[in-house]
Amino acid sequence: MSAGLWNYMFEGLLVTLQLTIFGAVLGLVFAFAAGLARLSGNKLLRGMGFAYTEAFRGLSALVVLFWLIFVLPTVFGVQLAPLFAGVLALALNIGAYGAEVVRGAVRAVPRSQIEAAIALNFTPWQRMRKVVLPQAVVAMIPSFSNNLIELLKATALVSVVFLSDLTFGAQLVRASTGNTAGTFGLLLVAYGLIALVFTTLMRLLERRAAASLGRTVPPGMIARIFRRTEASA
Amino acid sequence: MTEPSAAAAGSPGEKATSDDGFIVFDQISKRFGKNVVLDDLSFSVGSGERVTLIGPSGSGKTTILRMLMTLTKPDSGRIRVGEDYLYHEQRNGELVSAGEQHIRKVRGRITMVFQQYNLFPNMRVLRNVTEAPVHVLGRSQDEAEERAKELLDMVGLGDKLRAYPSQLSGGQQQRVAIARALAMDPDILLLDEVTSALDPELAAEVLDVLRDVALSSDITMLCVTHAMKFARDVSHRVLMFDQGRIIEAAPPAEMFDDPKQERTRTFLESVLDET
Ligand SMILES: Nc1ncnc2c1ncn2[C@@H]1O[C@H](COP(=O)(O)OP(=O)(O)OP(=O)(O)O)[C@@H](O)[C@H]1O
Ligand SMILES: [Mg+2]
Repeated sequence: MSAGLWNYMFEGLLVTLQLTIFGAVLGLVFAFAAGLARLSGNKLLRGMGFAYTEAFRGLSALVVLFWLIFVLPTVFGVQLAPLFAGVLALALNIGAYGAEVVRGAVRAVPRSQIEAAIALNFTPWQRMRKVVLPQAVVAMIPSFSNNLIELLKATALVSVVFLSDLTFGAQLVRASTGNTAGTFGLLLVAYGLIALVFTTLMRLLERRAAASLGRTVPPGMIARIFRRTEASA
Repeated sequence: MTEPSAAAAGSPGEKATSDDGFIVFDQISKRFGKNVVLDDLSFSVGSGERVTLIGPSGSGKTTILRMLMTLTKPDSGRIRVGEDYLYHEQRNGELVSAGEQHIRKVRGRITMVFQQYNLFPNMRVLRNVTEAPVHVLGRSQDEAEERAKELLDMVGLGDKLRAYPSQLSGGQQQRVAIARALAMDPDILLLDEVTSALDPELAAEVLDVLRDVALSSDITMLCVTHAMKFARDVSHRVLMFDQGRIIEAAPPAEMFDDPKQERTRTFLESVLDET
């Protein structure tokens, strides 16, 4: 494979990482906004949160992307940069799933914690920020970790709208080399490695979060392997 | 308020106290669905008075404390604390349902220790005790920490400042909860079966701490407990509840040694059997 072809793959990798990371950050914002809205005392906010989560959980990110790329410009005259459109479509989709995670985790914080906060005369917002959310976030991380991998997989969809991500790069390489098995094999390994890096990072985050409640979680697979090699060294 | 030393020494001594109506329950009713828990209940507690609530399970003791803590709202009636109503405020000369701001103002005088401790697991011991003084009372961090350390020393946990609640025994957690409550400088302290979840030995440690607190302060205390020795030592008055009504009220010595009501007698016997 020539250096030029490698370049396609590498640039594609960067696009895939950008889609995943920016999509995750924006998706997190949507998830908290919608998840907390659904728990709000305000009927309008609750309704908006509900409408968003129900609508976007049922919609394929790809369909949303088609709208952003092809419908917005023709109907509304708004042309989004393809990368931004990709990030937005993925974030809207993953944010809807994340909203359910946020809502579930917040509701799972025992009522007795809120009562203790009331007994200390915290304001409703302080109760949320100081007592409920710090505990809820710890419970969210394992689910967010799954969502992140789903997001990574969904990024492959965007290559159909001419975004040159990793999958798109691989298709170029395959077309010019004719080596289907080799190229897609490489693709498989690349996604697998990215997923492994993300899960490992999330696992670290999970451990730190657990430590913030004074708990310890058993070390993950990677950490165990490292520990073993240290021990045998 | 009378000093309780006589009671602490175990002498039957002083009668229940003059009652200046610091806390007043006025015709309070509460039902959960069809279950009428409190029906037109009225009673009052004097400033600095320590009252123990006893009675069979389901008689409404917890409900009463939770109403004072604004965790359960009465269906009807009024609760007054000092000069203010808890769930009502004056507006244009009329008594109307109180807003969050008014409730917070009155609630600032009251705090509660729970049966299950309810420490915040996301905060270390020291921060559990300093968080509300800093962010609710507006104390400086230094001031709050100094006071918290004093209180934690007092409850015997001066060496656990950096521990998380999950790393402490139940008895230790409950003593932190007591320090956390006292750090708010409450006028009124509510204790709901604070030792029921503990082994007898750990319960004794917690009760010792509470006895010291009670006898060395003038905090008004409402206490639900089955620890009769403790109730005898610290309380000025015992209220016996049955089915949401007070069926007998007397100083502890009188209540425990010579109850007037048959129902009280059978209840006290059943509690003694348990322990
Ligand atoms: N949130 C609630 N929903 C429905 N019923 C409730 C609720 N809280 C209390 N009750 C009912 O109210 C009654 C009084 O309960 P409360 O907890 O005040 O009793 P208690 O005297 O504290 O009893 P115990 O000694 O068992 O703690 C009980 O019949 C209980 O089932
Ligand atoms: Mg109770």
